[in-house]
Amino acid sequence: MKIAISSEGDNLNSNVNSRFGRARYFIVVDTESMNYKAIGKTAASSAGGAGTKAAQLLLDEGVDSIISSNVGPNALEVFQAAGISVYKSINDTIEKNVEEFKKGTLEKIELPTNNGHHGEH
Amino acid sequence: MKGYKIAVLSGKGGTGKTTVSSNLAKIQKSIYVDCDIEEPNGYLFLKPEIEKVKDVNVMIPSIDYDKCTLCGECTRACRFGALTKLIKKILVFDHLCHSCGACYEICPYNAINEIPKKIGAIRVGRSDDIDFIDGKLNIGEASGVPIIKEIKNLIKDTDKNVIIDSPPGTSCSVIHSIEGSDYCLLVTEPTPYGLHDLKLAVELVKEMNLPFVVIINKSGEEDSIIENYCKEESINVLAKIPFKKEYAELYSKGNLLIKEDDEIRHTFENLSQKLMELIGK
Amino acid sequence: MKQLVILSGKGGTGKTTVATALSEIVENKVMADCDVEAPNLNILFNGEIQKVDNFYGKEVALIDDGKCIKCGLCETLCRFDAISDYKVNPYHCEGCGLCSYKCPSGAIKMIEENTGEIIVGENKKGEKIIYAELFPGADGSGKLVTEVRKKATENKGDCDYIIIDGTPGIGCPVLSSATGADIALIVTEPTVSGFEDMKRVLEAIESFKIKSLVCINKWNINKDISNKIEKYCQENSIDVVGKINFDETVIKALKRFQSINKFPDSTAYRQILDMWEKIKKYLDERMDA
Repeated sequence: MKIAISSEGDNLNSNVNSRFGRARYFIVVDTESMNYKAIGKTAASSAGGAGTKAAQLLLDEGVDSIISSNVGPNALEVFQAAGISVYKSINDTIEKNVEEFKKGTLEKIELPTNNGHHGEH
Repeated sequence: MKGYKIAVLSGKGGTGKTTVSSNLAKIQKSIYVDCDIEEPNGYLFLKPEIEKVKDVNVMIPSIDYDKCTLCGECTRACRFGALTKLIKKILVFDHLCHSCGACYEICPYNAINEIPKKIGAIRVGRSDDIDFIDGKLNIGEASGVPIIKEIKNLIKDTDKNVIIDSPPGTSCSVIHSIEGSDYCLLVTEPTPYGLHDLKLAVELVKEMNLPFVVIINKSGEEDSIIENYCKEESINVLAKIPFKKEYAELYSKGNLLIKEDDEIRHTFENLSQKLMELIGK
Repeated sequence: MKQLVILSGKGGTGKTTVATALSEIVENKVMADCDVEAPNLNILFNGEIQKVDNFYGKEVALIDDGKCIKCGLCETLCRFDAISDYKVNPYHCEGCGLCSYKCPSGAIKMIEENTGEIIVGENKKGEKIIYAELFPGADGSGKLVTEVRKKATENKGDCDYIIIDGTPGIGCPVLSSATGADIALIVTEPTVSGFEDMKRVLEAIESFKIKSLVCINKWNINKDISNKIEKYCQENSIDVVGKINFDETVIKALKRFQSINKFPDSTAYRQILDMWEKIKKYLDERMDA
């Protein structure tokens, strides 16, 4: 299974970044082999629509699940439409989050965690 | 001959833009134009009879799936993240769309049509002897600039004088409101907040090369805070509107000051006359 | 940690005066000024600047004269009237990139534009304030507000509260000021425009999971409209947590660059103090995020 986690840094020891759209990195991990790659060019500094742009980036990577915290309504709509599950991250390293994900202890996010608006303009 | 366009702005909200604009428009028999599209309040004082309401639309993309090959060119072109490609369809987030037309122009298969979406409305009417125009942005819409542009189009070639009540702040909606004006009136109040935000407004009109003067509203014993700054910067303080509890009360009820009080009527007549002399120069 | 955002709809009703008073009353908090077009909170808070970050709010097109073949296609395509005589007007440019995609000679680049600054300040008591300055004429204040909110969260440390001085209006920056807050305090005034604008802003944040409370500032200027506001709030199950007198002391204090707290005997100060007790109860009832 291929999962993506919003991250502060570029490796498995980095901490998660709680903001989905404007995270500095995404770590895409293969949960069987634990091989991973870091995507550094996220939508963090983009002109707008950071959430949907980041979502498109991960869709194009072909991930099955997402681990993050503050996923806005737009990005969530994209993932729901694409049939991708989103899980709430715990405040720890990427590796720890993957472990918890495998154990099935992470909470699934069904509704936008941020009912609101993210200054896209 | 084209009329003069006078823009009233302030930086800080609540300094008295609408008070100055509505009373001045009445005195001068100018067209009153409310560009504060997020909170248009001029109508509360001028109580116009609305003759025409016009919807303001922007264009947003709609995908023609008979033609769309899901190549994804449009999603890559959109810099605002308003289009996302899924396996079988393109999701359109219309509230992220800036109506730039990039997706429409880029699509190699002509699979994007543009459809109108209402973001607000413009009202045109009469308040006794003057013309009235205002615009209102729907709640939840991102930008009111398209409404301001349409309002500005309506008054572009009029031969009457126009008073433009601009939004607070110094952002791009203010730019669109005051652009092309013959003169700007910067309304401030004699407080540290008023001064701070006046400086920002001054920076803006200077950068736009628009001639301007300052009006001190709620004027009293402490005007020196504004006057000293204006002196240092050689800015003309055209008029002072004194602070009086009666004025605050009249305002609170939605009354036009010049209709209720002779003294303030004089203040506005003087202001108008001095302003016309300045513009005439 | 709980977040209180102070809004008003109409400008000049007393948002910053209330926020400044709360900054002295409430302990263990971070202050955030989201009025990025007219940031006034730090004028009395007196935070010394600790850190300034540049804000890149948008991209703008830049035409390379050397490569431009003066075909005029960009001008025809641009929907924002941002190009004339092969020059870009950065105030009008929306940053959509269409001109750059279509330019046949590759003469147009999109460049990130520095449109403001985000500032972290600290006062003598060691309390933090986050505010921002959007450069005059720039666009993207909603995004800058989001950055201020983010910086405030980063700097919250062990604080119990973040108090946010919001933006006037009902547009994108207002919504960004309020997103994720626990309680919105709407500071209104008993004037026809204050009342109208209060209704507009309540409607604007209606879909958010925020509890709205109302404060009628200068309530005795027009008791009739104050009653109407109270009635409206009652009908809509919104608690009016404060009615603050029109008090000359407020203006006197402000003109001396002082917070109303320097006049502890004044009516307005005591009323704000009472109001805070009520707000605090509501805040403490909110579940921790």
